[in-house]
Amino acid sequence: MTAVETVVESRGAQAPRDLRRPFWTTRRRDQLTGYLFIAPQLAGVVLFVLVPVGLGIWYSLNEWNIFRGELTFVGGDNYAALFSDPQLPAVLGATAIFSIGIVVLNIALGLGLAVLLNRRFRGVTFFRTVFFSPVVVSVVAWTLVWGFLLQDNGGINALLAVFGIDGPNWLLSGDTAMISVIVTQVIRSVGVNMVLFLAALQGVPSELYEAARIDGAGAGRIFFRITLPLISPTLMLTAVITIVGALQAFANVAVLTGGGPGLSTTVLVYYVFQQAFEFNDIGYGSTLALMLLTFVMLLTLLQWQLRRKWVFYED
Amino acid sequence: MTGSHRIRRVILIACLIVLAVPFAVPTIWMITSSFKPLAEIFRSPPALFADNPTFAAYAEAFAFQPFARQYFNSVYVALIVTATVMIVSSLAGYAFARIRFPGANALFLVVLVGLLVPGEVTIVPLFQMFKQWGMINTHWPLILVTALAAPCVLATFIMRQFFLSLPVELEEAARIDGLGRPAIWWRICLPLSKPALSAVAILTFLASWNLYLEPTVYLTSPELFTLPQALTRYTDAYGGQMWNTQLAAATMTVVPMLIVFIVAQRQFVEGLAHSGLKG
Repeated sequence: MTAVETVVESRGAQAPRDLRRPFWTTRRRDQLTGYLFIAPQLAGVVLFVLVPVGLGIWYSLNEWNIFRGELTFVGGDNYAALFSDPQLPAVLGATAIFSIGIVVLNIALGLGLAVLLNRRFRGVTFFRTVFFSPVVVSVVAWTLVWGFLLQDNGGINALLAVFGIDGPNWLLSGDTAMISVIVTQVIRSVGVNMVLFLAALQGVPSELYEAARIDGAGAGRIFFRITLPLISPTLMLTAVITIVGALQAFANVAVLTGGGPGLSTTVLVYYVFQQAFEFNDIGYGSTLALMLLTFVMLLTLLQWQLRRKWVFYED
Repeated sequence: MTGSHRIRRVILIACLIVLAVPFAVPTIWMITSSFKPLAEIFRSPPALFADNPTFAAYAEAFAFQPFARQYFNSVYVALIVTATVMIVSSLAGYAFARIRFPGANALFLVVLVGLLVPGEVTIVPLFQMFKQWGMINTHWPLILVTALAAPCVLATFIMRQFFLSLPVELEEAARIDGLGRPAIWWRICLPLSKPALSAVAILTFLASWNLYLEPTVYLTSPELFTLPQALTRYTDAYGGQMWNTQLAAATMTVVPMLIVFIVAQRQFVEGLAHSGLKG
């Protein structure tokens, strides 16, 4: 591209006499093509992301009158309502436990599986396929099946009974419901992180391992001193992707527990849905949605900051 | 191979088999149980395979809801969305990678905002917008938003990164020969970008196939439902779940994707590595 442009420009410089040079030079035409090529994508983002965010901010300053079907400006009332909402602390608590639980379990399991499967033996491809397979199973189908297995007389408790354990009614008490939502979500999606970690592990030069082994370092030491620092960019990235994904996990909660029992699994995204679409409170629902957006933005910013400071190397 | 090596290998494989149980058994159980009569599903202790296999639940799945229609809805929405995303993202990705035009960087940042804002955040105002346009209870919101917002932005990003990694010389020769940008994009760059395009296609198809919040919000008529939403509606007059019917419908939803995954495994995994590592 640069070569062609230079040719065009130098020609222009050598021929200043030609005053009737057409407006549509090669270069201008090329620029127009650029705008046309990005136009659909740009229009999509403006129309379906930026405009809705703007509208959402406007709604958060208004109250929706269901009967008259119109908005009334109420200023900061919806924001004040955040502080007086008796349910919100429980919702935020559930959101925090859910997101942190998912990140910790997902990263630990994903990394563990990647380390176990980052070697050559018969059947390694088979195991990778098995651990990845839930990713392609539809969330709703996966959650429905687990919902059945987690019933009081379901498969999980039948399995526990074999070992003489009397399992709880998983989905009907707060703590076990939260554990169920987290674990089923992690099993379904950990394959993605496993693949990312496998790719990262394969990028660690094997000479480093050999050198460490010659120096007499044990497996644990090698893992924490060599592997972990070298894959830290991937670790950071997957942690943020996973936590942002957890903040958006709607289907899993909706199908498995419907936010219950009580508010125990009502995470923020589910609460937004309830307020806006079940209670038709568009103003407050939008305010909550903006809160969710703020969390996502803060996490992404944090990732950028940490990436600069903390990460060992980047290519 | 020494003895201790062999023992370690056996332990490793045993651990992996135990770990694999919660990953594989629910899917296998779903498939096998869809052939069981209702009484057998609840039998204790549970059995993996049916004693008296029957297709009754499959017939019921189609009789209870317009399931064939819902299946078609999911397929056609996913196909339209995937095709649109492949075109839109490869055009935008190419322009951002190759064409220099004023404001390109700023506009790229604007597009990236689409990755930052989750669809769950914009659904409330989007619902009002589509209501205004008379598109509630149609497939338009599913198609438009999925094909042009978040999944497409990720695709644009993947395509841009991919085009940046292609050698420019291939195009320069073509430009000197007088080929225009559209022709270069279509005849030179697209054929070379099959790995990135297949990654984009797979990610987009999965995203569209799994949509749940959006159909729940926008669609009210059962004959317009997509599969994830339809799966949750197999309840009897008392609100109890019709388990075997639900499992049969879920099996029909899941098995084609699993088959495609097993056949095209490499593309799946490489696609994800693409999107994640370079994202």
